[in-house]
Amino acid sequence: MLNSTVSELSAALAAKQLSSVELTRFFLDRIRGLNGKLNAFITVDEKHSLAQALVADERRAGKGNAGAAGPLTGIPIAHKDIFCTRGLRTTCGSRMLKEYVSPYDAHVIERFAAAGAVQLGKTNMDEFAMGSSNETSHFGPVRNPWDAARVPGGSSGGSAAAVAARMAPAATGTDTGGSIRQPAALTGVCGLKPTYGLVSRYGMIAFASSLDQGGPIARSAADLALLMNAMAGFDARDSTSLERPAEDYARELNMNLAGLRIGLPKEYFAEGVDAEVLARVREAVKWFESQGAKAVEISLPNTALAVPVYYVVAPAEASSNLSRFDGVRYGHRAKDYTDLASMYRRTRAEGFGTEVKRRILIGTYVLSHGYYDAYYLKAQKVRRLIAKDFADAYARCDLIMGPTSPSTAFVLGAKSDDPVQMYLNDIFTIPAPLAGLPGLSIPCGFDAKGLPVGLQIMGNYFAEAKMLGAAHRYQQATDWHRRAPDEARLQAPL
Amino acid sequence: MSLTPDQLQRIALLARIDVSAEEAQGVTERLNRVLGLIDQLQAVDTQGIEPMSHALDVVQRLRPDAVTEADRRDDFQKTAPAVEQGLYLVPKVIE
Repeated sequence: MLNSTVSELSAALAAKQLSSVELTRFFLDRIRGLNGKLNAFITVDEKHSLAQALVADERRAGKGNAGAAGPLTGIPIAHKDIFCTRGLRTTCGSRMLKEYVSPYDAHVIERFAAAGAVQLGKTNMDEFAMGSSNETSHFGPVRNPWDAARVPGGSSGGSAAAVAARMAPAATGTDTGGSIRQPAALTGVCGLKPTYGLVSRYGMIAFASSLDQGGPIARSAADLALLMNAMAGFDARDSTSLERPAEDYARELNMNLAGLRIGLPKEYFAEGVDAEVLARVREAVKWFESQGAKAVEISLPNTALAVPVYYVVAPAEASSNLSRFDGVRYGHRAKDYTDLASMYRRTRAEGFGTEVKRRILIGTYVLSHGYYDAYYLKAQKVRRLIAKDFADAYARCDLIMGPTSPSTAFVLGAKSDDPVQMYLNDIFTIPAPLAGLPGLSIPCGFDAKGLPVGLQIMGNYFAEAKMLGAAHRYQQATDWHRRAPDEARLQAPL
Repeated sequence: MSLTPDQLQRIALLARIDVSAEEAQGVTERLNRVLGLIDQLQAVDTQGIEPMSHALDVVQRLRPDAVTEADRRDDFQKTAPAVEQGLYLVPKVIE
């Protein structure tokens, strides 16, 4: 059970070699054993998980009225604590929502429930998904299962760490500027950020609405495809949800790599990227070439501008989205205030952490009178230049490959005092969401310290099946995605 | 562009976030580092470029003007810090 993929567990459930209750109990035990050290979960409700597992077992036995069992029926899945779950608290990693229990389920939660998946708990995250290290969580940092002195990346750091430490076979995440792909890379697991609009944002607490997109985190590309089949789909309650025919994200898993044109952006193989990271990525590209793929040198000339654009656009949208947290309808309310205005100001000063406040202040500033044109409008124009870079590139190649992150996992506290240094860490994951494009990260080796390196595979709009196909073919020939942190070291106390 | 602690207090007021006098210096300093980062955009030639306000250029979908939601006021108000008789309570605003 420990090292199996979702696909393997699904086959075992179907063959009655295993029950969902056994499987769920196994992972709940594992969470109980490791969470004190790793802090990957904020909330676990064992009774609720086991009740869902029992229903899944009945469904697999043909009882009940939930319909025929599917591949995810009975599979325990952890959810990033940004997805609202009815009856189970949803904190978004914030003091503001510390006690919040949502009156409804997110669309993604509904979809997994309909598929018969078991909710394994809610995973830790950077507060309101603002961070790249999981250090901004009100509930404390998550530790990297490969080296507990290091960060797991963020903001979906709890989900990535849970999958890496085998506390969950798969998890959900969200990606605004890299929050699925970067933690997947830093913890040696697989993560997909889909094309904007494929996964409904309904019930997914908003950070930057023109960028936010939910996606899966798992141990193989084939599992990502399986999870995407459940997560994606039109939802009228998200005004940006795309109305498209349902697709099977696993349909190209056996694709032929011969003739595949792989774009290598020279800006992603440049100075400032860790030499060992680049070496591992080049080795992976070489393997694709050995299968008949053609490497094409391309340029994404505005790459360096993506981080500055993002730190105008995302805070601007966040300052608007987070204005709803005013201590009136939900969440924290300050105890000491003199009037309505001071109630708002105290509530928000207490409820939000340092990084969230910083981004709200930046967003308020760039949207304020006199600065809107110089910052916000300017950033939106450069955003179009970045999208155009990709459009030009995809005329010359089918997929783009490069490092997910310029370095492997860094030590806790190493960047937490300098926001700019932290922000620049996301240089290779920020461009795709600015253009609404999909990207994924899969493990492609280790550095000399034994820390995982992530290979990023990006594609054009709706190219998920092809990206997953390429990743799957690579995983058929390599075993990086099968590597797990040393169990004795993982179990050792801090 | 660089902010002074006074300008920061004005933005904090707009954002409805109290920033104490002790915090102001540190907050301003880090905010200015971020503004230094985003100031790189000023050097870019964007003559004739249309602003991109959204990830995909899609048209806003319309729906029939019909009631689709049930009344769940009690459920929704359970999450509120203070309610009375179905109303949200806030500090007195009118004397």
